Amino acid sequence: MRTRSRAMTTLFASIAAVAVLAGCSAGQPAPAEQNTSDAPESDGAFTLYSGRNEALIQPLIDQFEQETGIEVEVRYGNTAEMGALLLEEGDRTPAQVFLSQDAGALGALAKADMFMTLPDDIADAVPAGFTSTDGSWVGVTGRARVVVYDSEKLAASDIPDTVDALVEPEWASRLGVAPTNASFQSFVTAYRVLEGDAAADEWVAALSENDPQIFENNNAILTAVNDGALDAGLINHYYWYQLAAEVGVDNMRAQLAYPKAGDPGSIVNVTGAGVLQNGASDADALEFVRYLVSQQAQQYFVEQTFEYPLLPGVDAPEGLPALESLINPELDLSDLESLADTQALLSKYSLL
Amino acid sequence: MTTTAGVGERTRPPLLLAAAAALAASASLIPVVYLAVRAVEAGTEGFVATLLRPRVLELALNSVALAASVTATCLVLGVASAWLLSRWRLPAERTILLLSALPLAVPSYLVAYGWLVWSPGLNGFWPSWAVLTAVCVPYVTLPVAAAWRGSSGDLEAVARTLGRGPIRSFFSATWPQVRGAALAGSLLVGLYSLAEFGAVSMLRFETLTWGINASYSASFDRQQAAVLALVLVALALIVVWAERRARGQAVTRVARPLPRGVMPRRWLWAALAVVLAAPVVSVTVPVLGLGVRLFSAESIRALDLPRFASAVGATLGLAVVGSLLVLVFALPIAALTARYRDRLSRGIEGIGYLGHALPGIVVGLSLVFFGLAVVPWAYQSLLMLLFAYVVLFMPRAIGSARSGIAAVAPALIDVSRTLGDTPAASWRRVTARLAAPNIAIGCLLAAIAIMKELPATLLLRPTSVHTLATELWTRTAAAEYGGAAPYAAALLLVASVPAVLLSTIRSTAREDES
Repeated sequence: MRTRSRAMTTLFASIAAVAVLAGCSAGQPAPAEQNTSDAPESDGAFTLYSGRNEALIQPLIDQFEQETGIEVEVRYGNTAEMGALLLEEGDRTPAQVFLSQDAGALGALAKADMFMTLPDDIADAVPAGFTSTDGSWVGVTGRARVVVYDSEKLAASDIPDTVDALVEPEWASRLGVAPTNASFQSFVTAYRVLEGDAAADEWVAALSENDPQIFENNNAILTAVNDGALDAGLINHYYWYQLAAEVGVDNMRAQLAYPKAGDPGSIVNVTGAGVLQNGASDADALEFVRYLVSQQAQQYFVEQTFEYPLLPGVDAPEGLPALESLINPELDLSDLESLADTQALLSKYSLL
Repeated sequence: MTTTAGVGERTRPPLLLAAAAALAASASLIPVVYLAVRAVEAGTEGFVATLLRPRVLELALNSVALAASVTATCLVLGVASAWLLSRWRLPAERTILLLSALPLAVPSYLVAYGWLVWSPGLNGFWPSWAVLTAVCVPYVTLPVAAAWRGSSGDLEAVARTLGRGPIRSFFSATWPQVRGAALAGSLLVGLYSLAEFGAVSMLRFETLTWGINASYSASFDRQQAAVLALVLVALALIVVWAERRARGQAVTRVARPLPRGVMPRRWLWAALAVVLAAPVVSVTVPVLGLGVRLFSAESIRALDLPRFASAVGATLGLAVVGSLLVLVFALPIAALTARYRDRLSRGIEGIGYLGHALPGIVVGLSLVFFGLAVVPWAYQSLLMLLFAYVVLFMPRAIGSARSGIAAVAPALIDVSRTLGDTPAASWRRVTARLAAPNIAIGCLLAAIAIMKELPATLLLRPTSVHTLATELWTRTAAAEYGGAAPYAAALLLVASVPAVLLSTIRSTAREDES
């Protein structure tokens, strides 16, 4: 028995040793210390959680680092994971800034009171409808909702300019949607706000009876259309440009059609950023968010990611309808109560 | 000679062993406790309302249908493959052996992706079933072949001479020799198919993991996610219970292998089709698909070599250290449950398996919750990440180590003790040595899983650490299929190292036969 217990002791000693070794070798992200003074201070570095892809965001961050000398430690993940991670971390988070792919995640963090209120010069830089209503986060770029279609099977003129026509029987089994995706839910919310709950209920009912093809995200719909497996789908415009950059514009079988101005199918989803409470005293964090809505960064998004700039005076990417024609009236895409109603509607018809 | 496993007269395990096993298993309780907290914190009303939604039932039924069908298919195909590989002489044996282990190296999301290149319309139950089955078959094939390798064909021959047909003699004499190994493998398959998300999301089959992901991604509803994940835990407990019922009392026989039969020519093609079905579906077709995507990419981005090298290094390092750590946690549980079947031991084993049925994102978030509350100094450190691998992949090592230890005849240990060995020395000299191949199998299975893991790695890694899986994810999410290709290729190559080792464990031992 003595030897057995010695073996066990050795076992636990080795676990402890591994634990200590691993703990020591790892970078220790101590939660940012709160400054006692009110004025934000700069220590030349901050941590960013990015729900947006490294390939598209890192060049902009490099540019920011070069110009300001501020070091940005970036943790990449998808928006859902980063949002859930921040909610789980709460006020112990090592992050000072969150960059999100959609407004819903920003709304969830704002509701959990995790964001500081942004100074007016940042909060007011972006017109209403494309940013938060209370200054908890700021819109950075816009992505138009579009119909993507298979150009070998359909002509541009075959694509209706309203989403109402897309739930007609002739589109049965031919339309792809991603009901669990934030971008689709924003669109349904827009439908509810613009046309009323009764009309939205009818639309969702018609969609669900029309045997829609269910996908997990925008990219999957786009790929299916581009490969000829699906006739049409509802996505955000910008995924098309990513794929076109990869395979060549001329090789794109999938093409985009824009619903007419004022149609609920023509709204714009926004990406955005907020400063977390423990970044409130960090001048570097604010500096970065201010940079995101600067002329220079907005121009970067126009040229590199083909997204809509939200700063007035910066032109939309060439070939896209003007942002003004897609205006988001009366919409607060980060309004979670409204989002919950949308989800109730989608689950009523078993789409969620 | 037949003996029952378990030191007959001693039904109560030694306290230290039980304590160590209980401590190890408690790692798997962390996610369950976390889920319980999240599920009821917003009130039991919401918990019940979520649970009773018809959608939850629909998702659960889909999960059950997928897990049951994949497990059943893997059981049949795996046992058949193992029988062909271990009881017959086949041409190019070494190559076939190696190929049969290779599906382990391919992440299920890559298999689904590769198939979609060829047939973009694939979706729903059957494609998901086919992909998961192909990926999971080696979990049954490998341990069953290992068990047959060490078991005697005597009884089957006796049964045949006593007038039983080949099928009846298989079930009365041959099958019992591998039942334990086959069921342990099936258990892993069942739990894995419950927790799988990558392939089912690409193939658009809506299971509970789909629902869990949707709860996080669009609703930011952690309560709903927790309720769905608890349903998964309940299903996992049923699977663990069912396996234990089916396993019953393990029976071991002293090995005296027979020479293998020569496969008649007319059966050869059929035999090869059975053995190679899984590798073709899960390796050949997807790899060709990835190749097609690579060559159709217009903008091949320059490979950032230092970064690529660091991802390879991180993947290898995490897999080696992680799988050893998994072993440290799995061994006490395996040693306990191999010899003792009291209620406590059974409970400890059941708990140890739970982590395998939960999606990585759930385990990751539970460790964020636990880590920040209990060991904040270790947050976002390698330690936390390695610990997540233990929770997720400990079950892969428990089963095979347990069956290896159980197969060591107690008589041999008695001999060693009579010769004056202390219990620890006889464990080291007899049990550990004889069970070493099985223990190694568990370790290698864990290493492969660690290499392919994505969601928990994204959540818990130190910010500067990139693995091949995270790099692959970054690039495919941005539609950079050309840029993703070197990482996909490297992941397949690196993960096939342990897969090849797995197949050589078997073949080395087999060479002893002739």
